[in-house]
Amino acid sequence: MFETLSFYALAGLAVVASALVIGQRNPMYSVLMLIASFAGLSGLYILLDAPFVAMAQIIIYAGAIMVLFLFVVMLLNAPQEDAAEWDRAHPFRGPGVGRFGALLAALLAVQLAWALTAATGLSAGVGERTDAATVSSIRALGRMIFTDHGFAFEATSILILVAMVGAVVLARREGDS
Amino acid sequence: MEWVRPAVIVGMIFIVFNALIIASAILVYAERKIMGFLQQRYGPYLVGPHGMMQPFADILKLLFKEELMPKGADKWLFTLAPVLAVVTAFVAFSAVPFGAETTLFGLLDEPIKLGVADVNVGVLVVFAVTSMGVYGIVLAGWASNSKYSLFGGLRASAQMISYELAYATSLAAVILLAGSMSLREVVDSQSGTWLGFIPQWYVFLQPVGFVIYVIAGVAETNRAPFDFPEAEQELVAGYNTEYSSVRFALFPQAEYINMVTMSAVATDLYLGGWHLPGIPVWLGWLVFLGKISVILVAYIWARWTLPRYRYDQLMYFGWKWLFPASVLNLLATAAAVLYFNV
Repeated sequence: MFETLSFYALAGLAVVASALVIGQRNPMYSVLMLIASFAGLSGLYILLDAPFVAMAQIIIYAGAIMVLFLFVVMLLNAPQEDAAEWDRAHPFRGPGVGRFGALLAALLAVQLAWALTAATGLSAGVGERTDAATVSSIRALGRMIFTDHGFAFEATSILILVAMVGAVVLARREGDS
Repeated sequence: MEWVRPAVIVGMIFIVFNALIIASAILVYAERKIMGFLQQRYGPYLVGPHGMMQPFADILKLLFKEELMPKGADKWLFTLAPVLAVVTAFVAFSAVPFGAETTLFGLLDEPIKLGVADVNVGVLVVFAVTSMGVYGIVLAGWASNSKYSLFGGLRASAQMISYELAYATSLAAVILLAGSMSLREVVDSQSGTWLGFIPQWYVFLQPVGFVIYVIAGVAETNRAPFDFPEAEQELVAGYNTEYSSVRFALFPQAEYINMVTMSAVATDLYLGGWHLPGIPVWLGWLVFLGKISVILVAYIWARWTLPRYRYDQLMYFGWKWLFPASVLNLLATAAAVLYFNV
């Protein structure tokens, strides 16, 4: 009972906050809503008996990455979107590029509907937690990452390194030493 | 006796909550008194015996002041920021254990653990919640609509990113040694002695890690010599320039509670928590209190002794010295754990 209620509360928080991220005109509030959404997700991980993943979610996303986002938003002092621009950028009202947004949104809605109908078959398995012990044990988690998924792990780290080097190269203007 | 457990939990929350409030009042007094001594003057002297009622006079004064909000400030975030700062400060302490299990001299059937919550990833909980505390400062800086505040907030976010890496990496070395992320288990793995008189504290196995932890901890709590978000000589008062009354009071309170949490975690991780050779374990919470107090006095001492660094020096130091040092420390620890199979 308590579990079901917490699930709906946390899932609701995550969904509503995510919707508000794109519904805000002020980028500052968007960042804050994204943090709230991460908090909801982390609560869901706790409900799944995965406290390590939950805390990693808070530390890495809400704690480190979002602080960086906030730093950038504050440094650029991004202005609020005004209403006229809002009309132009609105997916169903704007011309040209705006239509592409509408197309993407429609595609996403279809995909979401499909995923939800496809997932109904899985709901019978909810409640069985055969892997709870392995997921919550950090030792098991580490062993899994560095043996079974070792290649994916190393490949990801190289990918991140490449992205970082790329960002530095792009940010450097011509003529800078 | 079904009511005992919830009652114990509520009682523990009540005790910890009030202890933290009292601790911040004591720290205000201690800070002003120690600062006074270091500057060869008396410090607060007139309110109560030896000025001991000074913190209460301070908070009364702040309570009766007018709450101001600058024009053009973001109303919601301006109100939310100090609350966020102080709430995260209180919540962070909830995962910190401060004493061994006790039955209160046989009063209870089941032993209770001294500490609000015993979480199996306690180290991470404290780390996650304290890392959220920076939002209070950053938002205060942004919402004030003032350039000094904005600079304070910006500095807080940049400083926090630079130091959190070194901080987390030094924690990871201790977790490797203890083989557990539960703060209570980390403490209990430090209970014995070497050669009969050296306590088995991780500070002796992790001297480098301890130094990194303390430096990063000072930076995390925005204390001098790393108090750039405030930096009163350059930024008026930094992120809290536009704040007054109770809203203002919440910021220093959050800072003092964060100091207590930081010292408590340092005690749990490196200084053996409530263990001290020769002291029975039921007196452990007093030992714990003593160890925290020593660290806190050192904190205040450092603030009034060291001049503030320049901002770029802090970033340089954090990224180019502290972080590589903590990574090397972690690698060495991991190798040692594998080799000696501890």
